[in-house]
Amino acid sequence: MIIMSVPRFWRKQIARYNLVGTHCKKCGEYFYPPRNMCPACRREGEIEDFKFSGKGEVVTFTVIRTAAEGFEDQTPYVLGIIKLEEGPSLTSQIICDIQSIYIGMKVKPVFRKLGQDGEQGMIYYGTKFVPEKC
Amino acid sequence: MSVGIVSYGAYVPKYRIKIDEIARVWGEDAEILKSGLMVFEKSVPDVDEDAATIAVEAARAAVLRSGIDPQRIGAVYTGSESHPYAVKPTSTIVAEATGATPVLTAADFEFACKAGTAAVQACMGLVSSGMIDLGLAIGSDVAQGAPGDALEYTAAAGGVAYLIGKKESELVAIIEDTYSFTTDTPDFWRREGMPYPEHGGRFTGEPGYFKHVTNAAKGLMTKIGTKPADYDYAVFHQPNGKFPTRAASMLGFTKEQIKPGLVVPRLGNTYSGSCMMGIAATLDQAKPGDRIFATAFGSGAGGDAFSITVTDRIEEIRDKAPKVEELLANPIYIDYAKYARHKGKIKVA
Repeated sequence: MIIMSVPRFWRKQIARYNLVGTHCKKCGEYFYPPRNMCPACRREGEIEDFKFSGKGEVVTFTVIRTAAEGFEDQTPYVLGIIKLEEGPSLTSQIICDIQSIYIGMKVKPVFRKLGQDGEQGMIYYGTKFVPEKC
Repeated sequence: MSVGIVSYGAYVPKYRIKIDEIARVWGEDAEILKSGLMVFEKSVPDVDEDAATIAVEAARAAVLRSGIDPQRIGAVYTGSESHPYAVKPTSTIVAEATGATPVLTAADFEFACKAGTAAVQACMGLVSSGMIDLGLAIGSDVAQGAPGDALEYTAAAGGVAYLIGKKESELVAIIEDTYSFTTDTPDFWRREGMPYPEHGGRFTGEPGYFKHVTNAAKGLMTKIGTKPADYDYAVFHQPNGKFPTRAASMLGFTKEQIKPGLVVPRLGNTYSGSCMMGIAATLDQAKPGDRIFATAFGSGAGGDAFSITVTDRIEEIRDKAPKVEELLANPIYIDYAKYARHKGKIKVA
């Protein structure tokens, strides 16, 4: 099964590995995934790369028990929306006991396998989150 | 000119399985196994962890501990016998994920359990010659052991990274010298495409481990004119608790000298990370001026010995990343069924 094409993953690889997004120097807004243009400042904006600390908190979550193809071996697992300290929110797997997760839980980033294209294809790596106190 | 350790970082997954649980599944006597191996539990990777993710976590801890700019790293070498790809480097993943790319050289090392220390030696050479500023040498494994095989009781998961440099103000430990003893000895191997290694049973002992460890250790002490009593601590490759304890005794080191670095009873054998984890655990508690003697062993076979002296800087950076003892604390125990799932021994359609 192909999760996504190799070039498509590779283009955003550094963002997934190291939580690199962007920051508009003009209005101060942070973006993850990275935006090339600030939607508020438009052509007046000054976009620069920004590496997020990865610290954040759980905004909401769900427990996946019936997984999509390629993720069956991980159920049950937690998928959540994490609000980073700097502002932006992102969707990620949260590695924890499904009984212990709660809205507002502080989390930190870890480097994990995100998926793979079967036994022969590429292995996709990137950031997931774990409870800050684990 | 000195060359040595600028920083170090370790990583151990949270999960453990007890020897009793593995013995229960295979109908073996757990008490005999535990007293024979001197191993009581071993670490198990999560379902989404492999040698690359573990190497990245260890490397990031090493960079965090030192506070150095990762762009200064000129070489990344990852030693493992469980590289996730047969062709495609683990080290490029590590280099990218630590922010060291793109101006650097990188390659994967393989020499059974001593690929990580071989990487340390390569970095020492590159740093000493002035070819690079800093080198990152890693030993990382999600060790394989076939179900029911003797190896299954010890094959664990973990990784350790060492930043090697030569700026004296940055060194937490000076590596005074290194010495290797290598022969072609088929005591343990894994053929291409095979999921689990094969080994020569008791043949891995005398002609493998003990011959290479003792010759490397004696060779280094003769070369630099030291004796076991000159060292505060000693670390030997730890496939189990018994082998390093016996090697230490054969060479004249005491049980007290090897105690801080003997992590295998609660961790298992992290293969390429094994001896390097023992050195890290020793650095976690060594004082400035302490001397550490270390000898790694890799089947196939060879021994790499190191003579290390800790500097004042250790106390400045030691607490800036998790210590080995913290990584071993508060594990999550799992049963054999979950262990089989984590290790991919159960295939989901």
